[in-house]
Amino acid sequence: MSKSIKIKVKAREKNGIVQAKLLVKHPMESGLRKDKNGETIPIHHLTQLYAEYQGNTVFQADFGPGVAKDPFLAFAFKGKSGDEFLVKAVDTKQQTGEVKAVVK
Amino acid sequence: MKLTRRNFIVDLLKGSSFIALATSFPTMAFAKWNEKAFKAKQLKQALESKYGKQQIVDSGDILLKAPTIAENGAVVPIRVSTNIANTNNISLFVKDNPTPLIASLNFGETSIPEIQIRIRMAKTSEVIAIVEADGKLYQTKQLVKVTIGGCGG
Repeated sequence: MSKSIKIKVKAREKNGIVQAKLLVKHPMESGLRKDKNGETIPIHHLTQLYAEYQGNTVFQADFGPGVAKDPFLAFAFKGKSGDEFLVKAVDTKQQTGEVKAVVK
Repeated sequence: MKLTRRNFIVDLLKGSSFIALATSFPTMAFAKWNEKAFKAKQLKQALESKYGKQQIVDSGDILLKAPTIAENGAVVPIRVSTNIANTNNISLFVKDNPTPLIASLNFGETSIPEIQIRIRMAKTSEVIAIVEADGKLYQTKQLVKVTIGGCGG
């Protein structure tokens, strides 16, 4: 595993439901863009991401190249404040990223 | 090399192990990424690789919130939520993108079927949200007008 992917997480509990917001730093190259010399920039995007809460996968996402650069993602699950949860991501170059966050 | 039965079987084994290596994922915790569906160039192919020939029913219980006009196709905010019980997957398709399947989002038993995501759109197109619940498929569509395309080229 080479360079790791940076993930930012914010999670807040309200009435037993945790709202999680993620921001992943990633170029999400679609493989269609060309650089200034007319060379195609090779495809490089996130493929999968998942969130684990108390040993259960509460959310899992598969991405294609059509997700915008530096992906933003919001999702929700049943949980409570003070608990820890984990987010992992992997891209087409098999680089991975991992972040632990505490629900506010 | 002469094509004997032994050589043929050895070749066969080499070939199959290569395929297994190419498709296996390094991290075991991740389920397999549906490469065929994500690389499909047409909506019909993408739908077939993902769902097979299963019928998709139009539903009013899916709330798809997308801008009617997106100035910048590189970043189009989308919000999807649904009232359909036992939703385990929401997938997003953009009909006229170079690869129509955008993202497939799976939910666990304790998650709320409600997501926000930012997507890319090459040009004006229909955005389709498909919900999978109890093995059945439901869909809803919205047209989004794009002023500047966001898929490069």
